[in-house]
Amino acid sequence: MTKEQRLKKRYSAEKRFKAYGIISVCAALLFVGILVFKVFSEGSGAFVKTAIQLELDLSKEKLNLPEKPTKEDFENIDFYDFAQQHILKIYPAITTKEKKELLTLFSSDFEYEVKDFILSNQNLIGQKVFFKITAASDLDQMHKGNYTRDIPEERRKVSNFQLTIYDFLLKENKISKIFNNYLFSNGDSRNPEIAGIGGAMLGSFFSIIVCLIISFPIALLAAVYLEEFAPKNAFTDFIEININNLAAVPSIVFGLLGLGILLNVFELPRSTSLVGGITLALMTLPRIIIPCRASLKAVPPSIREGALAVGASKVQSVMHHVVPLAMPGTLSGTIIGLAQALGETAPLLLIGMVAFVVQVPGTPMDPSSSLPVQVYLWSESAERGFVEKTSATIMMLLGFLIAMNSIAVYARQKFEKKWI
Amino acid sequence: MNKIKFIAAFVLGLGITSAASARDQIQIVGSSTVYPYATVVAEKFGKSGKFKTPVVESTGTGGGMKLFCSGVGTQHPDVTNASRAIKSKEKALCAKNGVNDIIEIVVGNDGIVFSHSLKAKDANFTKEQLWRALAHDVDINGKIVANPYKKWSDIDKSLPNFGIKIMVPPPTSGTRDAWNSLVMGKGCSKAYKELAGKDAKKGCPKLREDGLAIEAGENDTLIVNKLAADPELFGLFGYSYLIGNKDKIKAASINGVKPSLEGIQDYSYPIARPLFFYVKKAHIGVVPGIKEFLNEFTSKKAMGNLGYLTDIGLVPLSNDKYKITRNSATKLINIKM
Repeated sequence: MTKEQRLKKRYSAEKRFKAYGIISVCAALLFVGILVFKVFSEGSGAFVKTAIQLELDLSKEKLNLPEKPTKEDFENIDFYDFAQQHILKIYPAITTKEKKELLTLFSSDFEYEVKDFILSNQNLIGQKVFFKITAASDLDQMHKGNYTRDIPEERRKVSNFQLTIYDFLLKENKISKIFNNYLFSNGDSRNPEIAGIGGAMLGSFFSIIVCLIISFPIALLAAVYLEEFAPKNAFTDFIEININNLAAVPSIVFGLLGLGILLNVFELPRSTSLVGGITLALMTLPRIIIPCRASLKAVPPSIREGALAVGASKVQSVMHHVVPLAMPGTLSGTIIGLAQALGETAPLLLIGMVAFVVQVPGTPMDPSSSLPVQVYLWSESAERGFVEKTSATIMMLLGFLIAMNSIAVYARQKFEKKWI
Repeated sequence: MNKIKFIAAFVLGLGITSAASARDQIQIVGSSTVYPYATVVAEKFGKSGKFKTPVVESTGTGGGMKLFCSGVGTQHPDVTNASRAIKSKEKALCAKNGVNDIIEIVVGNDGIVFSHSLKAKDANFTKEQLWRALAHDVDINGKIVANPYKKWSDIDKSLPNFGIKIMVPPPTSGTRDAWNSLVMGKGCSKAYKELAGKDAKKGCPKLREDGLAIEAGENDTLIVNKLAADPELFGLFGYSYLIGNKDKIKAASINGVKPSLEGIQDYSYPIARPLFFYVKKAHIGVVPGIKEFLNEFTSKKAMGNLGYLTDIGLVPLSNDKYKITRNSATKLINIKM
C-alpha cells in the first residue's frame, strides 16, 4: 500500500465515522419528532371544545321568580327543567326517544352551566340572552373530525336523528369551537367533555412542593457534611457507594417503602399528595445529593484556604463562602431532580394516588392524582373523547418538564462562576 | 447535628399530621371492571352536593380485597369492588383483622365478549373450542399432550383457516378469573378431566405458554386498537368495551349466541357473570355518606333497567334480583362469614 492509498483510507474512515454520527443524531431527532408530532396532532384538539348556542329567555315567569326575588328564590329555581325546556326548543323532537337523543347532544352538566350563568349574571333577568353550552363528547369528537359519519347507524355513537340536528345547527351557525376552560379548572370526570387536569396539576404541584421542602435541605446538608466535614474512611466510602446505588434503585421500590412506612406505620391518609411528596422525596434525595456534592467539589480549595487564613472557622468558611458559590450547581441539580419526580408514576401507584379524584384538592392532605397518573388513567378509559385529553395532558407535562429544565440550564449558565 | 435535628423534626411532623387525619371522603378500591360504574356513581353522588366525591382506585379484585380486609379504621378503604364473589380465604383474612360485618351488593351483570376486528368474518365458537385454543394441555386420542393446535381449523374443520392468536388479560384481573371459571373450567373436555383426574382442577384453566395466548396487561384500550388493526387477532374483555368501540370491533358468537343486553341478563349468553361491591359496616357513621352512597348506587336511577349505568354498558339485574340487592342495601344486611 502506498502512502497516498493509506492516506485515502484514513480520510474515508473519518468521513464514514462522521456519517455514522450524523445518522445517529438524525435517528434520535426523528423519534423525538414522531413523538411530538403524534402528541400534538392528537392533543391540540383538547384545548378547544364544541359549544352549542342556546337562546335563554330569562323572564321572571319562565324562572318562576316573584317580583322582587330573594337569594332563596334563586336557589329554588328548577334549573334542570328550565335548561331542558330551552334545549328542546332548539329542534322539534316529538317522541321521548327523540327528546332523549336531543338532550344527550349536550354535556351532562348543562344544568350546572345554566345555573352558574344565571346566578352570576342576575342583572340580565328579564332579558333574552344567547348562551353557549358545552356539547357532549360524542358530538364534540364528530365536530372535530375524530369520528367518521359514513358508517351504518348501529356502529355510530351519534344516531341519524342527532346527525340531522347537527347539520341543522351547523347551517344555523349555532355550533362553534371555544376555548376549553374545563381542561384547566376541573378535576377528573367520567364525561370527557367536562374532565380536566386542574386537580392533577394541583396534586402534582403539592407533591413537588412537599418533595422540595423535604429533599432539598436534607440533600444539601448531607452533601456539605460528606464533602466538607466527613473524614475519609471506610465508613464514608460505604455511605458514598450506597448513595450512588440508591440513585439507581427503580422508583417502584420507593413506592413500596412509602406504602410500608408512611401508610402502614405512620398511618398517613391514602391517596394524598403529602404522602406522594414524601415518597418522591425519598426517591429524589440521592439524585440531588450527587449533583450537590459535585458542585461543592468544583469550588476550588483556595476559597476555603483563604477564608481559614483570615481566621474564619470551618463552619464559617463553608457556610459563608463554599455553599453560596456552589448554589447555582446545587439549584440546577435540585430542579432536574424535581423534574424527574414530576414525571414519576410507579411509586404513586402503591400509595393510592392512581385514583379517580373529582374534587380539586385544596391542601396536600386531600386526595389527589398527578399529571402522569392522569395520562395513565385516561389512556385506559373506554370513551373516545379521552384520547385527545390524554395527549393534551402529555403536552402539559412535557411543557412543565421543558420549563423546569430550561430554568436549570439558565440558572447554571447565568450564575455559575468559571474558575480559571 | 443539623441533620439529626432535621430528621427529628421531620418524624415529629409525621406524627402530628397522622394524628390530625380524619377522613371525610369515601374511599373505594377494587376491580377494574366495576371501576367505570363506581366512578360514574361517585361523580353523580358528589354533584348532588351533600358529601364529597368518593375517591375510586382500580387495584384489581384481589388487590382490593387485600386492602379492604386489612382492618377497621379510616386508613383502610370503606368499599371494595369485585368482579366475582368474595372467596372464603378472603373472608377468613377479613375476620382475622376484625372486619366482621360486610354488606354484599350485586351491582349488575357483565358479559365477557370474545371479539375481533370489524374487518374479519363473523365467527362462532363453542366453549370447548375456546378451551382447546387456549389450554396448556389438551387430550388427543385418549392422551394428554401439550397443546398442538396452531390454527383454528386444526381444532375443527368448520373454524377459520388461520393462526390462533388471542390477547388475554393478566392473571390478576377479574375478567381472567371469570373467563377461567366460565370458559376454561366449563369448556374443559370430559376426556381431559377423566385423564387428568385430581389435577384437572389446576390443569383445565392453565393457559398455553407457546406465545399464541398473548398476555396483554390491563390496558383494554390498547387491546381494542390492536384488534382493529389485525383481523386474525382475537381478544377478550368486558361488554362495555364492545359498546364503547363498536365502530372498530365486533363480538364472536358463543354456542351460536351473540352477546346482547338481554342475553347477559338471563345468562343465555354463556359468558356472563354478576359484579359486586362490598361495604365495611363498621365504617358506616364514621366516614360520612356511606349509607347515602349505597342508596344512590342501588337506586333505580342508577342500576335500574333505564338507569344511567346501562348507558355505559352495565347489564341491569333482573327484577327479582334487584329487589334482593336493594333490600340488603337499605337494611344493611351482612353476608355470612
